[in-house]
Amino acid sequence: MTILKNRLFWPALILVALLVVNMFTANQFITVRDGHLFGVLPDILRGSAPLLLVALGMTLVIATGGIDLSVGAVMAISGAVACLLISKLDNQGSLGSVLLIIAVAIVASLALGLWNGTLVAAVGIQPIIATLILMVAGRGVAQLVTDGQIINVQSSPYAAMATGHFLAVPIAFLIATAAVVLTVLLTRRTALGLLLESVGGSPTASRLAGIRAKRITVMVYVVSGGFAGLAGLIYSANIKSADSISAGNLIELDAILAVVIGGTALIGGRFSIAGTVIGAILIQTLQVTVVAVGVPSKATLLFKAVIVVALCLSQSATFRQKVFGRFKPSRPAVVAEVAA
Amino acid sequence: MGEPSPVLEMTGIRKVFPGVVALDGVDFRLFPGEVHALMGENGAGKSTLIKVLTGVYAIDGGEIRLGGSPVQFTGPLQSQKAGVSTVYQEVNLCTNLTVAENIFIGREPRKFGRIQWGLMRKRAAELLTRLDLNIDVSATLDSYSLAIQQMVAIARAVDVSARVLILDEPTSSLDASEVEQLFKIVRRLRDEGVAILFVSHFLDQVYEISDRLTVLRNGKLIGEYKTAELPQVQLVEKMIGKELAVLDDLEEKAQRTRTRTAEAAPILQATGLGRVGAIAPFDLTINAGEVVGLAGLLGSGRTELARLLFGADRADSGELKIDGKAVTLRSPQAAMKHGIAFSSENRRTEGILGELTVRENIILALQASRGWTRPIPRRKQDELVDKYIKALQIRPADPERQVRNLSGGNQQKVLLARWLITEPRLLIIDEPTRGIDVGAKAEIQKLVAELSDGGVAVLFVSAELEEVLRLSHKIEVLRDRRLVEELENTEGVDADRIMQTIASGANP
Repeated sequence: MTILKNRLFWPALILVALLVVNMFTANQFITVRDGHLFGVLPDILRGSAPLLLVALGMTLVIATGGIDLSVGAVMAISGAVACLLISKLDNQGSLGSVLLIIAVAIVASLALGLWNGTLVAAVGIQPIIATLILMVAGRGVAQLVTDGQIINVQSSPYAAMATGHFLAVPIAFLIATAAVVLTVLLTRRTALGLLLESVGGSPTASRLAGIRAKRITVMVYVVSGGFAGLAGLIYSANIKSADSISAGNLIELDAILAVVIGGTALIGGRFSIAGTVIGAILIQTLQVTVVAVGVPSKATLLFKAVIVVALCLSQSATFRQKVFGRFKPSRPAVVAEVAA
Repeated sequence: MGEPSPVLEMTGIRKVFPGVVALDGVDFRLFPGEVHALMGENGAGKSTLIKVLTGVYAIDGGEIRLGGSPVQFTGPLQSQKAGVSTVYQEVNLCTNLTVAENIFIGREPRKFGRIQWGLMRKRAAELLTRLDLNIDVSATLDSYSLAIQQMVAIARAVDVSARVLILDEPTSSLDASEVEQLFKIVRRLRDEGVAILFVSHFLDQVYEISDRLTVLRNGKLIGEYKTAELPQVQLVEKMIGKELAVLDDLEEKAQRTRTRTAEAAPILQATGLGRVGAIAPFDLTINAGEVVGLAGLLGSGRTELARLLFGADRADSGELKIDGKAVTLRSPQAAMKHGIAFSSENRRTEGILGELTVRENIILALQASRGWTRPIPRRKQDELVDKYIKALQIRPADPERQVRNLSGGNQQKVLLARWLITEPRLLIIDEPTRGIDVGAKAEIQKLVAELSDGGVAVLFVSAELEEVLRLSHKIEVLRDRRLVEELENTEGVDADRIMQTIASGANP
């Protein structure tokens, strides 16, 4: 009963159901080939890394009552910066140079997050508007960086971020896992989580309780920018090029969806990292499943929408009451009759 | 006055919630043309009775008769149609719509499906004129004071249906003159034959306006009385069911400490401190162990003064010294570093965080002052929280419960606990007893006296003069955003004396 009441029960159940479907439809669900994990499950985990990273940052932003629409644009910029710099290297295979360039791209993304945070906290622009600015302008910036071209790179260390393996496990998945662990430690091992939830609950009350609400608000946008930048690197490493138009296109919506599926309310306050992880992997699994079960490509968006609607309904207390509530009272009534 | 046939008669009302009997055989009568006060502490069953009457809850036993015939409401809309309207404590109107729209929302006069705006404004104006309220009905509601908004809510309720009007804490955020204005309307409606059920924590107001009162305690009916025949002290005893010894204790304590604090060192000295548009420059000294009362009407600058001392707003003139050293308080954190704590008057919007637990709410300020990188160990948290739940008798004593599920009085105690664990040297509390029941009120007043005995300075802001007089060593009187007088609370000082200053402004 208590498991049933848990907010994450239904998303987790649907995730498991989708995975089971994949077990039957896929040629290889999970196996070891050439010394690393291979099959649909590792593919899902690898493929969900960018969305998971973006959704993690989004969770923290939403917890403060904000929203970050610029994550897709930040992904494009960070990929563009990295590919431009790598393409100018004499030796694109140099691990040291590539790591340095990755660091530069992430610092740039953090700076973009700082820009968002400043607009929201210091200037006082509504989050949806403040981040909309970068959402639109950011893609322009990315195109300026790449001069309107798609920059291709031939760097094996860079590509490894997306397609490589470490100890048989996809590196992209390891990066995302590390980010999750880092976020959990950052929010639950320190008091940051509590202060975040407090600011999301009421910025005014939080300020009067002595919380530096503005500083915390800026911080979550910086974190969101950083994670989006990292996601952008994985995305561009996967296609070995910087595509300013399609990198992270509409990912902000999937990320918001993942957060909401995970049980974090859009008005801010309480948040759940575990919920976001389930939400992000669920969305990725859904995408894979749609292809695997052979839903015609014309109908994939509709199919996805139906699953999401079902999921949202399963989380609605009112809906559950209406559908399942009427069956419950009948049982005690029957018992009473027998007893009488 | 009252004819012997009640418009509303509730008999043997019973309402059970899982594990609690909220109402146990309660009778209640309401006659046309009377103001009937429903009295009781928080949790006595007042709200439940009102919700039963308005159809929010279904009853588990008993009978409700309206105009002689039995009724069974299944929702507020239905009870409204039958002639029972409610105006709640928090104004339930849309402040961004106009006065006329608010009065007619949901039942706009229409012709061929089109709203007749002209007719609507005309009818709204007529209605308000009838209540002696001459305001522009096409202005948005937020351009008027809370009192006017409250009256618009009443006008709407009366216009929807006018047999029984329930006023649930209508005066809790109004100042004295606004209350008077509101009462004028209530009296007029009473004279027109409306039966009015009035709920308020302010005893004086109950005595001023009501003809009859019914007392509930723990879901049971204690009795129905004619207001004029029941002295206040007896009423309070009936409400809380015990003698008022706590309050008498306090009087003595205040007298005792007054002598001692004379030689105490000043914690805070403000010279010409002020903020344009909020509070005119003022001088104020607060000594250790001293309770300083801030008296004045709503909007007289009480809260504004308190906020300056906490750094919630920045002063733009004058000087502030703490322990003799000049400081500038740029933010609440800065004030907290100096051992200053501030509990806001807006408990729900600036105080508690409803979604968080009692424990989280209590440790919040201490955690904030430590910064996010240094979390308070869980064991330490539990220790502190348990201690203060016990000390302040927070009910229910469950640290993991969401604060929004607690009663107003207990939320206030959680807020006080939040500041007490920071061990402040100066505690600023703004309206800590507003809208909470008599028992909790007495406990909070007692706590203030104890803190002062322990050497903590308290700046006590309250609209209730009796309370300020009972607790304070020194009273600062504010008027029109200006500190007009400082009074040592000695024998000759009483409510009349302070009212005089508030009314006249100058030193008499």
